[in-house]
Amino acid sequence: MTATVALVDYGSGNLHSARKAFERAVREAGRSDRILVTADPDEVARADRIVLPGVGAFADCRRGLEALDGMVEAMTESARGRGRPFLGICVGMQLMATRGRETETTAGLDWIPGNVEALQPEDPSLKIPHMGWNTLHPQREHALTADIPLGPEGLHAYFVHSYALQARNPDDLVAVSAYGGPVTAVVARDNLAGTQFHPEKSQALGLKLIANFLRWAP
Amino acid sequence: MLKVRVIPCLDVKDGRVVKGVQFVDLRDAGDPVEAARAYDAAGADELCFLDITASHEDRGILFDIVARTAAECFMPLTVGGGIRQVDDIRRLLLAGADKVSINTAAVNDRAFVREAALKFGSQCIVVAIDAKRVSGPGEPDRWEIFTHGGRRPTGLDAVDFATEVARLGAGELLVTSMDRDGTRSGYDLSLIRAISSAVPIPVVASGGVGGLDDLVAGVTQGHASAVLAASIFHFGEHSIGDAKRHMAAAGIPVRMG
Repeated sequence: MTATVALVDYGSGNLHSARKAFERAVREAGRSDRILVTADPDEVARADRIVLPGVGAFADCRRGLEALDGMVEAMTESARGRGRPFLGICVGMQLMATRGRETETTAGLDWIPGNVEALQPEDPSLKIPHMGWNTLHPQREHALTADIPLGPEGLHAYFVHSYALQARNPDDLVAVSAYGGPVTAVVARDNLAGTQFHPEKSQALGLKLIANFLRWAP
Repeated sequence: MLKVRVIPCLDVKDGRVVKGVQFVDLRDAGDPVEAARAYDAAGADELCFLDITASHEDRGILFDIVARTAAECFMPLTVGGGIRQVDDIRRLLLAGADKVSINTAAVNDRAFVREAALKFGSQCIVVAIDAKRVSGPGEPDRWEIFTHGGRRPTGLDAVDFATEVARLGAGELLVTSMDRDGTRSGYDLSLIRAISSAVPIPVVASGGVGGLDDLVAGVTQGHASAVLAASIFHFGEHSIGDAKRHMAAAGIPVRMG
């Protein structure tokens, strides 16, 4: 049976490369999933897996999501009610937090307890945004990072962000990146997961993580 | 650890790579999408397209190139050249660019940088700074912003301008020495360092690379977060891998493999 993966299109950036990366991961994993870019809450409600991307400012993204009538409800019902696998990417991941504190305080979905705060590296000479390729340091095992070489000699992920989720529950942290202190890179709780970096821009690591998400049976 | 990025830059005119890319056997050395694919495979950390198409009407072809590149290359893509209004940025981002590089429009109207950053987020707004040294021998270093390929002076101090656009929301600066561009005599390291130490955002060094030591110096002496080069890569003198191995040997953290 062909499973459907919905990429939620709420006007936050371009989903073209995300769709292409998911399609390539499907192909390379020998799977048959259908990748659907959609702004329709009914399609999201019917999907077997949901991906919430996001670039830009937290408050803008939240407003964009709210502007789609019924979308937050559809995502919540599917992810929280039915336990379908859900992946947030970059600001899409940040939206899963309790609140965002980026210029203004904005409520998040509150699925992963914690706030999104400005990066404040211990070393003041470090540049913000945290932009470029960084390695990941595992905090616990998780299906999303299975079989991906992590650590200082492992694969790299592409980051570009000035704010990061500070998860209140340490168990929600799957991997961090080092940038003047630990920076949340992958979070997961039950069937909900998120990455601060862009798997669709992260070449080998990204394609592996996407393939893991497609197989994930939380 | 965050790695220093190595960024090849392709000049694109009327949909073709200027002078072509010759380091691999491409069916069409002038096709930007083929060149992008080759650099993706070679391990480039990002790719930069600079559109130098003269006529605004002929720029539509760029969107198609960006879209086709983004469909195949899972690497970050910066696109610059001729961006004048918010809608130009929107179209490039929708076509698949990850960042856009603004030059003359930022010089003409500083508020444009703020508007763009508020609308799309600082993470995708790069300001390209083209500067020439205007201080004489023995005088303290001073650089001025030039537009129109280095032909038109603006009277703006480059370091002051950099500080201002960073404050207005630029997420990155692409700093090119117009004195060095095309000379193969190395980056203007004083310029790169002066700007990098003045702003809290990443600086990409550009203009003048003639060899791999120049890339190293851009980081160790210019304090750049990323190094950009064109001809040394396009003509096959050095591969991206050569550049990274050379930088790693000099103690610079780079992404290998």
